[in-house]
Amino acid sequence: MTMVRTPEELESLKEELLAAREPDQPRVSVCCGTGCRVHGSMEVIEAFRQEIDKRNLNGDVSVVGTGCHGFCEKGPVVVLKPSGVFYQRVGLGDVSEIVSETVLNGAVIDRLTYVDPASGARVIHEEDVPFYRKQQRLVLDLNGDIDPTSIQDYLAFGGYGALSKALRQMRPEEVVEEVTRSGLRGRGGAGFPTGVKWRLCREADGDTKYIICNADEGDPGAYMDRSIMEGNPHRVVEGMIIGAWAIGAHEGYVYIRNEYPLAVENLRIAIGQARDYGFLGQDILGSGFDFSIQIRPGSGAFVCGEETALMASIEDRVGEPRPRPPYPAQSGLWGKPTNINNVETWANVPIIVDRGAEWYSQVGTDQSKGTKIFSVVGNINNTGLVEVPMGTTLSEIVYDIGGGVPGGKECKAVQLGGPSGGCVPREHFDVPIDFESLQELGAIMGSGGMVVCDEDTCMVEFARYFMDFVQQESCGKCVPCRLGTRAMLEVLTAITQGRGREGDVAYLEELAKQIRESSLCGLGQTAPNPVLSTIRYFRDEYEAHIRDKHCPAHVCRALIHYSVDAEKCTGCGRCLRNCPAEAISGAKKEPHTIDQEKCIKCGSCYELCKFDAIVVE
Amino acid sequence: MITLTINGREVKATEGSTILEAARESGIEIPTLCYHEALEPYGSCRLCVVELATPRGPRLVASCVYPAEEGALVKTDSEMVQSSRRVTAELLLAAAPNARVIRELANKLGVKEPRISLGDSNCILCGLCVRACREIVGANAISLVNRGFTKEVRPPFEIGSNACIGCTTCVFICPTGAIKLEDVLANRSVHRWASAFEARACKICGDHYLAPEFVAEVGQPLEETGV
Repeated sequence: MTMVRTPEELESLKEELLAAREPDQPRVSVCCGTGCRVHGSMEVIEAFRQEIDKRNLNGDVSVVGTGCHGFCEKGPVVVLKPSGVFYQRVGLGDVSEIVSETVLNGAVIDRLTYVDPASGARVIHEEDVPFYRKQQRLVLDLNGDIDPTSIQDYLAFGGYGALSKALRQMRPEEVVEEVTRSGLRGRGGAGFPTGVKWRLCREADGDTKYIICNADEGDPGAYMDRSIMEGNPHRVVEGMIIGAWAIGAHEGYVYIRNEYPLAVENLRIAIGQARDYGFLGQDILGSGFDFSIQIRPGSGAFVCGEETALMASIEDRVGEPRPRPPYPAQSGLWGKPTNINNVETWANVPIIVDRGAEWYSQVGTDQSKGTKIFSVVGNINNTGLVEVPMGTTLSEIVYDIGGGVPGGKECKAVQLGGPSGGCVPREHFDVPIDFESLQELGAIMGSGGMVVCDEDTCMVEFARYFMDFVQQESCGKCVPCRLGTRAMLEVLTAITQGRGREGDVAYLEELAKQIRESSLCGLGQTAPNPVLSTIRYFRDEYEAHIRDKHCPAHVCRALIHYSVDAEKCTGCGRCLRNCPAEAISGAKKEPHTIDQEKCIKCGSCYELCKFDAIVVE
Repeated sequence: MITLTINGREVKATEGSTILEAARESGIEIPTLCYHEALEPYGSCRLCVVELATPRGPRLVASCVYPAEEGALVKTDSEMVQSSRRVTAELLLAAAPNARVIRELANKLGVKEPRISLGDSNCILCGLCVRACREIVGANAISLVNRGFTKEVRPPFEIGSNACIGCTTCVFICPTGAIKLEDVLANRSVHRWASAFEARACKICGDHYLAPEFVAEVGQPLEETGV
């Protein structure tokens, strides 16, 4: 084990590690992010190791399990270095062939390559896959290259170089200044300028100060922070050490949700390694600066992502928000000045220190600098993790990178910012995304969860889903959030069940306004957003439900019914045999009928019919 | 002393006081439910909201927790404030239609029938009982548990807690009468917390009056008085 005591020692260690790596040596990089693990990547990587063993190739070919490559839709993803040949949906049966054909012979196995659905062309190399081509990966750049459990991998790619620069070449104030000039804004949702936040905490009275990494990522469908911690935890650790130096803190906490076992594990390993190498602990890199990091696993409350509730939870109190002021920078953890940033924000810090504020601020738009990672989920062809410069349009993300909506359907809207955000309808897809433009559209950047809705999505039901989520996750402390969100859920449920009344939309708007204005914390203040934005853009759908008792997307069960088109029905009996409610009758080769009394509207007949004879209205 | 303006009137206040304290000291009434001057402010009922002028426009703040700042411009009775209080009162009425204090409050704010029903519990989760038990009594016998609509005040693990000393402070501080005290001869119980005590009898009149656990907690001074 190497203890690194000076910048010079760090530099020579890096050289040493680089020299030991043979860049031309074949490497099999297997994505071992959570998405690919679900698809079986752990078995695949084990099979590669056995295959290499069996062929006595140890030392000639290396196998590395990396963090999330981002293209979760196509997992398990395997990339062969140095050629960059990209294989998707790799199974156990493919391993031996990949080693013999591609690794040893350089031949490409066609069936494992990616086919661009737009052009129908086979794409051989990772960088040519359309999903990656429009991305600019600053934070996720090393995710496909390094083993997240190996500090040596991180060091070989220049890891902890920014820390060395900050500690030995810059004064803390200069680091704050650099981050301020970079234009970095908080990636947790609100977009507060990070440098300003740091300065407030640095200048606050008190000798003891804390920094916190908020890793309580809880928006439905969001997994940006998880993938950073799983794939490159050292970058988060390095960002935190630099921040602590800039602010003057000697203790840091990572508050991470315990539902992220792999992220917790990788972060724990990274912190341990950083301690072993001397990047954490006392007299870091000979600077005289001491800093340590503790992990605090959260117990599953969404509200604990709110900074004051998060601090209460770290202090072993009930995770309830408290009023601000005082702000954490004045009085945070245990009453001491505290700076909280989320995972992605911390991960940007080493990049800024390393490459400089000038370079960084050239990426992005006027007001929003750098890149943003989005997790693109829902009705989208290329589900996955996308890092793009600020100012990229939604249409680029949904169509060019995301490959559009499956089944040739139309895209209706994109929900941004999870339960605190709003939807952006198709007609605004060409607006460059930054903090300001999204706010104008009634959505928010949020932490980066992006849920794509196709034409079959009922926007009222969609809003109801998010309202159900927040009313469950409300801490219940203040009346507007506890009872107001519940009241909104009741109204929305009534509308989707055909019990909507005239005036319901106005009542929802009135409740929404009051919940926003009078709730105690950010959870309540933003909880009505999904409802307000769906009313803003899809008011006609609300009205159809209430006035005509009709669900235009054919989703709300109480408002639809299934029937048989006698012209098209061949009487094959497929629906009849599979109807769980035994609601379908009819003689063989005669048109069938559905008993509306018995029908439970499960839609299985609709899904099963090969002749499009089931009509839903 | 600092100076702020409430409802167009210049008002002096001690530094470090809240807007609510500043207003009340000057005789300006602001309705509250979860506030009690003997306890740390909690900011949960949101009835005490007032309109505060900020560079980004007017916003509502809970006056019981928001500091009175030099030069602040505050309105306690504007339309913004009134409409917020009405919705809050309506929500409380929808959840606790039989609590007298809520009915009176709603009535005062002009709220007749709630447009929705959110159950029928007299506990409005103002937290006064929990905070009194913790901050004044020091017993910590009850706590707020669960989240959102399922939140409630409970003793640990739903069973009577040894921490409860039967002082009944919670019973008396509860604004809605949701916590009932039952005294039958020597048997004193607070059913809500599953707490039961055998009350001590007065040496003079023979009436049962205090739980011995409470006497033990309050200690010697009371013993010496001979009651």
